[in-house]
This record gives sequence, structure tokens and C-alpha cells, in this order.
Amino acid sequence: MSDVSYVRTEMLDERLPPRGQSGAVLWLRQNMFSNIPNSILSLAAIYFLYYLLAGLLPWIFQGSWGVGSLGECREAISAIYGDGTDGACWAVIRERFRQLIFGFYPSEFYWRPILAFVLMLLAVAPVLFSSVPRRFLWFSAFFPFVAFLLYWGGSIWFPLGVIAGFAIAYLAAVFLPKYIGSLPSIIVAFLLPVIWWLTALTPIDTALNQWVGDLRMPRLIATQTYLIDAAPIPEGKKVAAEKYLAALENLPNQKAQLSELLIKARDMREALPNAHRKMAELDELEIGATAQERTALDDVLKVESTIITLDKTINSTYKIAGRVGLVPVESSSFGGFMLSIIIGVTGITLSLPIGILLALGRQSHLFVVKTICVGFIEFIRGVPLITLLFVASTLLNYFLPPGTTFDLILRVMIMVTLFASAYMAEVIRGGLAALPKGQYEAADALGLDFWKATRLIIMPQALKITIPSIVSTFIGLFKDTTLVSIIGLLDPIGLATAIRANQAWNGIVWELYGFIALMFWIFCFSMSRYSMYLERKLATGH
Amino acid sequence: MAQAAEAKIDRSQMKVSDEVAIQITGMNKWYGAFHVLKDINLTVQRGERIVVCGPSGSGKSTLIRCVNALEEHQEGTIIVDGTELSSDLKNIDTIRSEVGMCFQHFNLFPHLSILDNCTLAPIWVRKTPKKEAEETAMHFLEKVKIPEQADKFPGQLSGGQQQRVAIARSLCMQPRIMLFDEPTSALDPEMIKEVLDTMIALAQDGMTMIVVTHEMGFARQVANRVIFMDQGQIVEQNEPEEFFGNPQSDRTKLFLSQILGH
Repeated sequence: MSDVSYVRTEMLDERLPPRGQSGAVLWLRQNMFSNIPNSILSLAAIYFLYYLLAGLLPWIFQGSWGVGSLGECREAISAIYGDGTDGACWAVIRERFRQLIFGFYPSEFYWRPILAFVLMLLAVAPVLFSSVPRRFLWFSAFFPFVAFLLYWGGSIWFPLGVIAGFAIAYLAAVFLPKYIGSLPSIIVAFLLPVIWWLTALTPIDTALNQWVGDLRMPRLIATQTYLIDAAPIPEGKKVAAEKYLAALENLPNQKAQLSELLIKARDMREALPNAHRKMAELDELEIGATAQERTALDDVLKVESTIITLDKTINSTYKIAGRVGLVPVESSSFGGFMLSIIIGVTGITLSLPIGILLALGRQSHLFVVKTICVGFIEFIRGVPLITLLFVASTLLNYFLPPGTTFDLILRVMIMVTLFASAYMAEVIRGGLAALPKGQYEAADALGLDFWKATRLIIMPQALKITIPSIVSTFIGLFKDTTLVSIIGLLDPIGLATAIRANQAWNGIVWELYGFIALMFWIFCFSMSRYSMYLERKLATGH
Repeated sequence: MAQAAEAKIDRSQMKVSDEVAIQITGMNKWYGAFHVLKDINLTVQRGERIVVCGPSGSGKSTLIRCVNALEEHQEGTIIVDGTELSSDLKNIDTIRSEVGMCFQHFNLFPHLSILDNCTLAPIWVRKTPKKEAEETAMHFLEKVKIPEQADKFPGQLSGGQQQRVAIARSLCMQPRIMLFDEPTSALDPEMIKEVLDTMIALAQDGMTMIVVTHEMGFARQVANRVIFMDQGQIVEQNEPEEFFGNPQSDRTKLFLSQILGH
């Protein structure tokens, strides 16, 4: 019988592992040619790769760059490389590059979107990278308003008015709880800015336009006169300048006329019989009304509609004259990658906080909150984004004061944000469910209330778990912005269709879509790389 | 089964006051249709150390989770520190900040450092300034004998160290009652001793404690009362010497023979 006892007398020290054999030949032998089947597969794969690249690379590099149409491309390639060679027609990219990037944005204002893009990178840096000092977050907070001004132009009063609304909300939330308690002051902090935005913005904008316009009036008239008489400008601009000058000179008359008409309308209203005094349309008259009463009301209504038209004309002149800001650019001029970036970045930035709130709401024990959140999420998720974009205008008009016209890009941004928020809510809910129950219990046991526990314990961990899914959703959202081409906005895909409809470029396919795909790939790959970086940075699992 | 240290712990030095810390009367709890706690009556005085033992499924953990309202009871009353626990309690968080709890699986916050784990609750619940909170945290980390780990993350610590951090984290809120839910069940024998020593030191400082555990040595050394639960009811409770030396109920005798026998 052998002796099974053993006692170690000395504990062994650590040693370094043996140095592995290295070298390319060894790597190849182990990884690609380790046995016969693997070797055959490796050779087949190498041949396949060679075949692909042999077809693709010549096509890419034997392209023609400088010509004006597809036909000319083919001729140029045949001339240089011989008949029958296949080459890419990169000339379409070169010719339409600006259009693909900026859409129909006026070229003299290109500095504005470019500046906005650079500022966007700067604004996003403190959010993405914690090594950037925290004070730059102030710039990130103001950036949306700066971007709005740069892209769409117009007076600065509108963005300032919106900022004022947020300031009102902040002041209400901070100073009111002392007097009326915390829940009422949160409600007030919600309602006050909305009331401010809906009622005060437009009148203040109009009033400021008038005030500044009047201050500038002498100089404006002088400039326009000079432009018409003396400056060397093209004929079209001269005509526009004459119209503008006429409008400016007409202003005092129009204003006087307006006050007269207002008095007249008021008097005419007073003269109406009591029952008719508040009527706004002829249809409101009772059946037995006399023809005389009918005419009286009709006259009043006519005067009032003249007043409205006149008011509009005066205001639109003042809007141009009194503008403190940049030249406005219509939304219909927006297009290309600029449009994709605007819609995509807005959707991404807004959908994350809204998604977090929806996810928390869905998990809540409060019945009303939970039902609203579940209903919203399930409705939005069950409907294609296209249908949401199509019905955007109809749906939104129901919820707002009648008569508000909604800019198309704004409608699209709202719908895209809501769509992404619903998906984001479910992604985050997955993260919340993946957290061990013990974390919730430990937070409760320490006395943290719901919002503190969510903000300090639950959300950081849930978001960390779901980083891959969140970034996936963002990437998907960014690519989904191409759907706006179906409702008439000219994003890159829409532009591609328009370019191909042009006779010079009829039939071009790979070059155009390849370029668009490359641009999208650059953005999406950057997002993906950032997500890897973020996961590595937050890994405390050891 | 691990033996606690043979240090001479003079139980008579640990004062029990007359003030009632926890009063449970006629408490019943159901999980759906399952009657998990039946007619629990328990009074805990300030400074008392209570050990709750029993087979698994007997409701011991559920009982102490009812004390800090992590679970709701359907019948009966629980009065903690003079406040009755009820389902619509407005200041449940204030109650919870006075009752510290240590879990079987530690439940440290993995995304925060040890120091941040300990200072989080004082800073955000008690609004303590950061410096003061950090000093308190270091004081308690020294008390549990791991001050040098303050800047590490929970994932880098061993089980025994994590549980001691969990104890320090609860102590940083300076609670008046400490609840322990099988604090050593997930640890290996050498680490159990570290944690038990910490809990003994706490007891010597006069903390009111309810401990659910299988560590009978700890019960013998430190507890004022040992409570045996089975099938959701308190079957027997007594002072440790009486409980271990002279168990009255057959069920208790069976349980003790199995846990102490081998």
C-alpha cells in the first residue's frame, strides 16, 4: 500500500509564465493552417477576398472626377483606361457635394451651419468626456438656442424669450416651495413657462421689432436708396430693394390708417344691436335678421378683416426692418446631411431623458402614471415611424391653439423624438429589471427616497448595463432620419433621388449611395466607438 | 460551524435600558395566500441583542424586513422608536434612516468607491457636509478595521471585507437599531470571524441589534435573548444559557440537535 500522506514544507513563490514561441509563421500555422480542412477553408477565404478586392478597388480608383455627366464619365474612363473598363463616376459627388451636405441652404450663409456644427462638437464634448471641465456644461445648455439662431436665423428675441421661460420655471421651482409647498410649486413651474411661451412671446417679439425698426428707420431708408440709385448690384436685387424701400416709406401711412380703422371698427361695433355685438361671422345671425342688420354686420366684418391684413403687412415689414439677428432661412431650404444631423442630434439628445422618465413611470405604483406611460409606449411602438411622420401635422394641430402653423422640420423632430423615447424607455426598463433587487433594498434601507435612490443608485447602474442597447437605439434613430425623404424633406436619400432624376446623372447608383453610406458609416461608427470607450471607462467590476 | 473568539465578553457590562425600541403585537403577514408570519409578539428594549434562528422558510428574514418596512404586514402593529409602521406612512424614509440593515449578500453599490458608499446616505439624506461625512465614514471604516480600502471599489474586496463595509455603511447613518439578515451566511469560515468580531464590538457599544444567524457561538457570547422560529411563528425564546442548555419545545430540541450535533 502506498503512502498517501504528504506535507509541503515550503510555499512556492510566483513565477513568470514561459515565453511563448512567437513569429508570423507560427501564428499562421496555428490559426489558419492547423489541419487540412482549415487550410482549405483559409485558402478559399483568401481567394474570395482577393476576388472581391480585385473587382472593387480598380472600380474605385479608376474613376473620373472632373466631368459633367454620366455619359462623359464613361467616355473619359474609356479614353484613359481603355474600352470596356469599369470605373466609378465620382464626378457626381464632386459636382453635388455641397448639395449633399447643405441641401438648398443659401451658399452665402454656409458659414452658419459650419459654425453650428463646430459648436455642436464643442457643446457635446463636456457631456461625453468627463475630463472636460464642468463649467463648459453651461455652454452645452445654451447651445440649442445658439444653433437655432444660426440655422434658421431671425431675431434673437425668440430664443431669448424661450430661455426666459426656462428661467421662470427655475425661479418658480426654487423660490415657491417655501410659500405654497413643493407639489403645487412644481405644477406652477410647469404651467407658468407654457403660459409665457404661448401668450407673451409673439407680442414681445412684435413690439421689439417695431421699436428697433423705428430707431433704425432713417438709416434703413438711406441704405435702400443708395442701393437703388448708386450701388452696382444686379437687376433682381435692385427690384427687391425698391419694393423694400416702398414698404418702409409706406409704414407711417399704414400705421395711421390702422389706428383710424381701429376706431372706426369699434364705433361700428357699438352701433350694432346688442345681440349682434359679439358676433364674428355672418352665419351667427339669427334667421329672422333683417337685410339691414345683415349689411351692418357685414361691413363691420369687412373693416375688421382689412385691419388684420394691414396689421400683418406692417408686422412683416417691421420683422425685416427691426430684426436683431441673422437673415432668416426657410425650413424648405434645409436638406442634405445638415438636415440629418439636425433631426438626429435633436432626437438623440431629447429621447434619453424622456425615455428615462417613461421607463420610471411604467414601473411606478401610481395607476394613472403607469397607464399613461404604458399606453404611450405601446402606441408609439406599434406604429411605423412613417405613419407617425405622415399624421404629425394632423395630430399635433389638435393639441395646440387653432391656427398655429407648424414648421415641417419641427413636426418631424417632435415625432422622431417621441418615437425614439418609446424605444429608449423599453431599453432602460430592461436595465432597471436587470438590477439585483438588493440594490433597491439597500437604497431603501438607508433612507433614500424614490427620486434620490433613482438618481444616485438605480439609474447609474441601469444606464451602465444598457449602454450597448442605448447606443444601438441612437444609431438606429440616426439612420431612421432618412425616412423623412418620404414626406418631402430633402435628406441625402431624397437628394439622391432628385440627382438621379437629372438627365446628366440618370442611371447612376453605386457612387451616390456609396458616398451617402460612407458618410452615415462615419457617424455611426464614431458613436459605436464612443460606446466602447464609455463601457471601458465605467467598468468597476474588476 | 465556526466558533467565535474565546475572548472574555462580559455580557453583564452591556446595559439594556427600559426604553422600548421595537414593539410588535399580533403581527400577521401573508404573501398572497401564503400565511408567512403568524401572530408575532415581540418587545425589544433599547440595548438588547436578539438572535433569531430557525430552519429556512421559517420567516426569520421576513420578520426583520417588516421592522424596517421593506415588507408590509397585513395585520397587527409594529411600533419602531415610537412610530407605528403602516402602509401609508409619510415619513417612512425617516424611520429607515434610524434603522440600519445589513444583508446576506452585502448589497454594496458597485459603481461607487467604498468611501462614497459610506458617505452617500449621510450627504443626501441627512444633508451632512461632505467633509464631515467623510470623517465619519473613515471613523467607522477604522472601527471595522479596513480604513485602507476606502478608495477601492466593492468588486475589489473579499466577501468578509465587503460585509464589514456594509456594516460601516449602515453605521454612518448612526442608527439606533441595527438589523442583520444572515450577515455571515455567504462567507467562508475565516471571514466569518472578522464579521462576528465587528458585530461583537458593536454590541459592546450598546447598539440594539436583531440578528438572524446560524452562528450559535455568537448567540451564546453576546445575545440577551435567542428566539427560535418555525413555520412563521415564534416557538421558543429564552436567555442563551437556558435556550441551549434546556430547550423546552420538541421542535427546538430537534433543531438544536441538528445544528449543534455534528
